[in-house]
Amino acid sequence: MLSPESSATLLIAVTAFIYKEARLQDEHQYEAWEALWTDDGVYWMPANGDDIDPEKEMSIIYDNRSRIALRVKQLLTGKHFTQTPQSRLRHFVSNIELMDQEAGGDIAVASNSLVFESSLRDDTIWAARNEYRLRYVDGELRMAYKKVTLVNNDKALYTLSFLI
Amino acid sequence: MNVMASVSQWDQLIGPDRVHGSLYTDPAIFEAELRNIWYRTWVYVGHESEVANANDYVIKSIGPQSVIMTRDEQGKINLLLNRCSHRGNQVCSFQKGNARSFTCPFHSWTFANDGRLVGYAFPDGYEGQDKSKLALGRVARVESYRGFVFGSFAAEGASLKEHLGGAAETIDRLVSASPEGEVEVTAGFLKHRVNANWKFILENECDGYHPAFVHTSIFNVADSAIGTLYGGKSTALTRDYGNGHTEIDLRPEFRKRDAPMSWFGTSTERLSDYASRMNAAYGESRARQIMIDGTPHVMIFPNLFIAEIQMFVIQPLAVDDSVQHVTALQFKGAPDLNRRLRQQTMGSVGPAGFLLADDSEMYERCHRGVLARNPEWVFLGRGERREGRDADGFKVGHVTDEVPSRGIWRHYRSLMEAK
Repeated sequence: MLSPESSATLLIAVTAFIYKEARLQDEHQYEAWEALWTDDGVYWMPANGDDIDPEKEMSIIYDNRSRIALRVKQLLTGKHFTQTPQSRLRHFVSNIELMDQEAGGDIAVASNSLVFESSLRDDTIWAARNEYRLRYVDGELRMAYKKVTLVNNDKALYTLSFLI
Repeated sequence: MNVMASVSQWDQLIGPDRVHGSLYTDPAIFEAELRNIWYRTWVYVGHESEVANANDYVIKSIGPQSVIMTRDEQGKINLLLNRCSHRGNQVCSFQKGNARSFTCPFHSWTFANDGRLVGYAFPDGYEGQDKSKLALGRVARVESYRGFVFGSFAAEGASLKEHLGGAAETIDRLVSASPEGEVEVTAGFLKHRVNANWKFILENECDGYHPAFVHTSIFNVADSAIGTLYGGKSTALTRDYGNGHTEIDLRPEFRKRDAPMSWFGTSTERLSDYASRMNAAYGESRARQIMIDGTPHVMIFPNLFIAEIQMFVIQPLAVDDSVQHVTALQFKGAPDLNRRLRQQTMGSVGPAGFLLADDSEMYERCHRGVLARNPEWVFLGRGERREGRDADGFKVGHVTDEVPSRGIWRHYRSLMEAK
C-alpha cells in the first residue's frame, strides 16, 4: 500500500532507503541487506539489453527470493573465493526519482549508480540504471523488486560477485 | 625465445606430467597458438539454430577475429570475416539480425550474405576490375555436426568427423536428451571476461579435482549432490579422447543411483511432460537409460565446453585476456526441462554465477601465480600411474585425476610442433 505521505516526504524516505541499501552493500552487511527484501522479492540484472524477457533469455542475475537467500548464504560461508578477500566498494547513487505510481501498488523508484570496485584483479567501475519497487511492510520500506541494468550489459564483463 | 625455431623447444616446455609456466604467459607463444591452433584446426563457431531462417546472421568469433555466421538464401551456412575487402572496415556492427547483404559504411561496398561483392559506389572508377576477387574473406572450411557449426581456416586437412573422433559420440549423447534429437541455442549468451590465459579455462573444464574445494561454498549451502560426484570415493571417470578432447564421465555414478533425471537433481514426476515425450520418442527402456545417464560433460578442443546443462565457448583475446560465452542448452521438444535449464544456468554461470565466479577467480589467480618462476613448472602428474583404458581404448582415470590436462597438452604439443 502506498503510504499517505506526500510525494516530497516519500522521496525523502525512499532516498534514505536507497542510501542505506548502498551502504549495506558497500560494507558487505549481507544479512542486513537481505532483510531489506519482501518475501516475494525479485533481484534482476539483465544481459544484452534493457528489456529482454528473463523467462526466455539469459540474465546475469535473475533471483527469486529463495535464490537471493542462497546468494547471501554463499557469501556468508567465507569460502566464496571471488569475495575472499572481499572487494572494496563504494556505491555512488544519484538521479533518484519517483516514477509513475499505480494506485494501491508498490512505490516505483529509479536511480542511477556508479560503483567503484577494487578487487584482487584490478579496479573496476560499474555503471547502472536501477529500478525499484518498494513497499511498506509493518511500517518499514522493503524492496519487492530491484532491476539493475548495467550500461555495458551487452559486453563481456568481469566477475561481479558483490551485491550491486 | 624464438618459439618457432625448432621442435625441441616444445619438448623442453611440455613434459608428460608437467608444463612450463611460460606457456600461459608468453605473448610470443600466444601468437604462435593463433597461427597453429586457432587459425588452423577446427574451431567451434556457432549453432545452426542461431541462424534458423534464410538471411539470418549472428556475429561470432575465431580467437580475436570477428566472424559473421550467415544463412544465405539457399539455406547454406557461411562463415565470413567481418572485414571489408576494400579498406578493412567492419561491415557488420549489429550482434544479430536478418539481412540479404551487408553494406560497408565507409565507401558503400555491398556484399551478399554469402560473401560475394555485389556492388560498390561510383563503379566507373573500377573499370576492368574483377568483382569475384574482392569477396569478403571466409573461413575456408565449414562443417556441422548435429547442428554445431565448426570452421577451419586451413583449406585442407582432417575432416570435422575425423577431428571429433571418439568425442563425436558425446554430442550424439547430448542431442539424445531431446525428444526430437536436436539442441537449440536460443537463450542468448552471457559473456564473462577474465584476465587469464585461455588454457587455464580449457584445462579446468574437465578437472574433476577442484570442485570439492573451489565450489565448497555453494555445495555446502545449496544442498547439492554434485559434491559426491567429485569425491575421493566417486566412480566417475576422466577420459582423453585424443585430439585434445576430454571428458568427465559421470555415468557410473548416475547408473548407481538408477533414478531417471537424478543427474539434474530432479525426477520424472517433476518433469512429467518431458518424460512422456522421451518415452514416446525413444521407447520406455531407451528413454529411461538416457534420463539416467544424463548429458555429457565434455571439452571439445579448443573451445567448446558442454557442461551437462549449458555450453561455454572459450574465446582468447590476448595472452592474458579471455572471454567465456555461456548459454543454457535448450532441447527441442522439451519446454518444461528447458525452463529449468535456463534457471539453473543463470544461477550457476556468468559474471555473478554461484559456480563460475569462483572458477574465474582461480583462472586469474593462476595466471598471476605462474608469473613467479620458481618452481618453473605446473605439475600435472595426478593419477599418472593409475591411468587405464576403456573398452574403446581411450585413456581413463579417476574423476579427480589429471588425465584430461595431460591429453590436452599432448595434442597441443603436436599442433605447435606441426609446420
